[in-house]
Amino acid sequence: MKVVLENLTKIFPSRNKKSDEQVVAVNNFNFEIPDGKLIGLLGPSGCGKSTTLYMISGLQAPSGGKILFGDEDVTDLSPEHRGVGLVFQNYALYPHMTVKQNILFPLENLKGEDAMSKAERLERAYQAAKLVQIDELMERKPSELSGGQQQRVAIARALVKMPRVLLLDEPLSNLDARLRLQTREEIRRIQRETKITTVFVTHDQEEAMSISDMIVVMKLGVVQQIGAPQDVYDNPVNLFVAKFLGTPPINVFEGKVVGEKLHIGAQAVLDVPGVADQEVFVGIRPEGFILDSNGPLTLNLNSVEVMGRDVSVVSWHTDALVPAIRSIIDADNKIDRDSETINFKLKPHKVFLFNKETEERIVVER
Amino acid sequence: MVNSKHKWKAWLYLSPAIILLLIFTVWPIINTVQLAFMENYDIMQALGGKKFTLGFGNFVSVLQYDGFLQMLGTTVLLCVITVPVSTMLALLIAVCLNSIKFLNRFLQTIFFLPYVTNSIAIGMVFAAMFNIIGNVPGLDSSLVSWGIFNDLLGVFGIKPINWINMGSGYWENIFVMVVYIVWNALPFKILILLGALQSVNKQYYDAAKVDGTSRARTFWRITVPLLSPMITYVVITGFIGGFKEYSSIVGIFGDTMGPPGNPGQLQTMVGFIYDSIKKNQGKASAAAIILFAIILVVTLINLKVSKKNTHY
Repeated sequence: MKVVLENLTKIFPSRNKKSDEQVVAVNNFNFEIPDGKLIGLLGPSGCGKSTTLYMISGLQAPSGGKILFGDEDVTDLSPEHRGVGLVFQNYALYPHMTVKQNILFPLENLKGEDAMSKAERLERAYQAAKLVQIDELMERKPSELSGGQQQRVAIARALVKMPRVLLLDEPLSNLDARLRLQTREEIRRIQRETKITTVFVTHDQEEAMSISDMIVVMKLGVVQQIGAPQDVYDNPVNLFVAKFLGTPPINVFEGKVVGEKLHIGAQAVLDVPGVADQEVFVGIRPEGFILDSNGPLTLNLNSVEVMGRDVSVVSWHTDALVPAIRSIIDADNKIDRDSETINFKLKPHKVFLFNKETEERIVVER
Repeated sequence: MVNSKHKWKAWLYLSPAIILLLIFTVWPIINTVQLAFMENYDIMQALGGKKFTLGFGNFVSVLQYDGFLQMLGTTVLLCVITVPVSTMLALLIAVCLNSIKFLNRFLQTIFFLPYVTNSIAIGMVFAAMFNIIGNVPGLDSSLVSWGIFNDLLGVFGIKPINWINMGSGYWENIFVMVVYIVWNALPFKILILLGALQSVNKQYYDAAKVDGTSRARTFWRITVPLLSPMITYVVITGFIGGFKEYSSIVGIFGDTMGPPGNPGQLQTMVGFIYDSIKKNQGKASAAAIILFAIILVVTLINLKVSKKNTHY
C-alpha cells in the first residue's frame, strides 16, 4: 500500500490565550511513500516527525492537506477505519492482560464480515507471535517481560490485524544499546517478511540510516531532504542535514572561495571549480581526511584516540565552528603524537560547501 | 533503617499519637471485650467492687433479641443496595468529569461539596424534601405540601407517596435511605476514582482507538481493570461504612430510628448498640463484637473476590 502525503500541515493553536502565536508542527509535507518500503522519519525533537506519524495513524487530524492510502483518501477517516498498526514509544501494552490477550485484543474488536471465530483469532495471534518470536511467552503479563520482549509484543499486536500501514513511534528509544542493534535488525526482517509499508520515527540518525529504504529529514516542521540513506549522507542539501547525519558528526569550518580555490584560514585547501568568490561554510566528513605531511590543511593536534580498526584524531582550528575536529583515519597510519600540528589532504567528495546566508549547499562541478 | 542510637527519638516523635491511641482506642477495645463477657454487668455494682461471672450470656441475649434479624437485615440491605449503586454512579460521574474540559474544576468542586457538609444537616434537608406538610388538622390548606419529591413525581402523573411520615412503610423508608446514603457516599468515591482515572496513561486509549475498540469495550476491558485497585478500595470501605450506618438514619428519622408511630422500623446494628449502652453495657459490647466479626468476614470475602479480579 503506497501512502501519499499531499501538502500535509498541522498547526497547533497557541497555548497562551493572549498571544496569537501558533505552532506550525508540520508545514506542507509532500511525499509519496512507495509500497512495501521501510521509511525513517528523522529529525531532532520538536521537528514534527511524531505529529506526522500520528496524522497518518488518524489519531491527530491535519490542519490542511491530504493523506491517501493507495488511491483512497483517508484524511477524514477515523483511526480504526484506516487499517493502521501503531507501535507506541512506551508500547502501551495493556498491563492487566497477558501477552496472548494483548495480541488478541484488536481481533476481538472486528465486527460484521471481518469478525473471526475464536479458533481463527488464536491462529492469527500465534502467527503474529511466531513472526516476532514471542510464542513462548503468550501466558505472561507485560510486567514479566524485558523491554525488548515488550517491544516485540507491541509489534505483534500491531501486525495481527494485518494493517495496510505499520507505524512505529521511536521504536528503539526504550532499549539498551545492544538490544537496540538487535531489535532494529529484527524490525527490518519483519518488515521484509510482511512487506507492509512501514513508517518509523526516530531522532537517532544511525538507527534511521541503518534500516530504512528511504529517510526523511525534518527540521521545525519542514522537510529538508528525502532520499536513500546513502544518497542523503553523500549529498546533503543543506548544512542542517549534513550536520544531522553521520557519527562522529561532520566538521564545520568558516571558509572562503577565492579564484576557484577553497581557503580555510590562510591555506588554500581544495580546488573548487565553478564556484564564485564568496564566504562559505565548509563541512568535512571525518572520513574525508588523508594523513599527509605535505597536505594543505594544517590543524592543531589535540589527542589521538585509538579505536582498534581506526584512529580518531582530535584537533582544533581557529576557523572551526566545532570545538574538536575529528578525523577518522586508518590505524596503519603513523602519527607523531608529540607534534603540535598535523597536516591533512582532503577527499573532494567528502567536502561540502554551504552558502553562508541560506546554509544551502553550493554544488561543486567535478 | 533508623539507627538504633536514634530509635528513642523515633518513639519520642510517635509518642503523642501512640498515647492518644492507647487511651482512646486500644483501651476501650480491651474494655469492650471484657464487658462483653461479663454477665449482668452493672456499672454501679462494678464500682461497688462486685465481681461478675464470665460467659456468653450477653452474646446469647443479643442473638435471641426479637428485632436482631430485622436490624441485621436492614443493615445488610442498605449495604448491598447502596455500595454497588454508589460505586457505579461514582465511576460514571468520574469518567464523565474526566472527559470534559469545560468547567472541569468547578464541577469537581460541586460534586465534592456534600463531603464537607454535615450529614445530619443533609439528612434534615432530605427529610424536608420527602416530608408531607399540612395533614395536620387545622392547618391552613394553602400551606399543604406533599414535599418536593412528591411534587416531582406528580409531574409524571404519579400519586404522592407517604415516604417518611406517620404510617409510612418499610420499603418507602428504605428507598429514602438509599437515595440519601448514595448521594452522601458519592463525593468521596468520585474523588478517589477521578484521581485514579487521571493517572491512567492516555496511550492505552490511543492504542484502543487505533485498534477500533468501541467505547463500551474500552470502558469495560481497559478503564475498569486499570481502576480495579481503587474500585476494590472504594467497595471495601463502602461496606465497612455501610455496616456502621446510623447517623444518616438519625438525620432523617431522628434517634427513634423509624417514622413517627413506628420507632425502630429502621433500627440498625449501630443503632442497637447505642440504644443498649443506656440499659446494659455488656449487651452493647457483645453487639459491637458481633458487628466487628460480621464486618471482618465481609471484608475477607471482599478481598478474596477482588483478588481474582484486581490488577495491580
